[in-house]
Amino acid sequence: MKTKIAVIVFPGSNCDHDAYYVLKEIFNVDVGFVWHKETNLKDYDAILIPGGFSYGDYLRTGAIARFSPIMDSVISDSEKGKPVIGICNGFQILLECGLLPGALINNIEIKFLSTNVILEVSSNNSIFSNKLNIGNQLKMPIAHRQGNYIADKNVLDKLITENRIVLKYKENPNGSMHDIAGICNKRGNILGMMPHPERACESILGSTDGKKIFESMLGNI
Amino acid sequence: MKAKVYIKYKDGILDPQGKVTSNALKSIGVNSIDSLTIGKYIEIDFDDITKEEAEKITNDSCKKLLVNPNTQTYTYKIIS
Repeated sequence: MKTKIAVIVFPGSNCDHDAYYVLKEIFNVDVGFVWHKETNLKDYDAILIPGGFSYGDYLRTGAIARFSPIMDSVISDSEKGKPVIGICNGFQILLECGLLPGALINNIEIKFLSTNVILEVSSNNSIFSNKLNIGNQLKMPIAHRQGNYIADKNVLDKLITENRIVLKYKENPNGSMHDIAGICNKRGNILGMMPHPERACESILGSTDGKKIFESMLGNI
Repeated sequence: MKAKVYIKYKDGILDPQGKVTSNALKSIGVNSIDSLTIGKYIEIDFDDITKEEAEKITNDSCKKLLVNPNTQTYTYKIIS
């Protein structure tokens, strides 16, 4: 049976169609948009929480989306080991709902950053990076204003000792502690990342390195 | 019954809006400002409930949604 991936859609999501297109057209898997009011993800093998401005970023990025009805299923399915990838605003939502630790605050230079960055794989201890080698460099875009990762010392120590910092910026664009661009949970089935792998899957867009993250995930399903 | 909730960044958390605004005040000649931080102010109007109930609802709301304990702290006043 074909792999089936859920792309969660919140009011204000705007990278949902990019993610859908890439998974369907480039990876040839079944994809379904799942509206945030739905409550069941059992037909899906993996979950993608896309970028955008869910609920207009009101209150704090991801703070309201975290209480959407679908999130109970995201949390319970992730606890069973289902792959969950949160990209950009999706990462912010994963932090707000506590599936990943820490927070994302304003970029150090305050500006909205929209540019290509070079990432370095710093852990292959997740299902999204276990087909990659430590030190591999990936080029893909960022597009965010609140991508500056912070956490207290205990959390940072834990992320390091448990080998959960999956992606680091080669040149830190936003002030993130330890140059963090993406982290995973202890089990390695939940990844949150600020850069957009779904925008780097075709050479016409300037890079195909984003494919490696999805290939790694799909290779584990 | 009304709650006035004040939310601010924890000490040490980057507050670029506060920093830029502080610099802007200096640039127009307002001196003697050591630091300035920009937070959020939320007003909640309640139904006819007791002060204790209002405090509980305010605290619960802050903990569950209004405040991110990783980056923010809050204080509040309940006004009859």
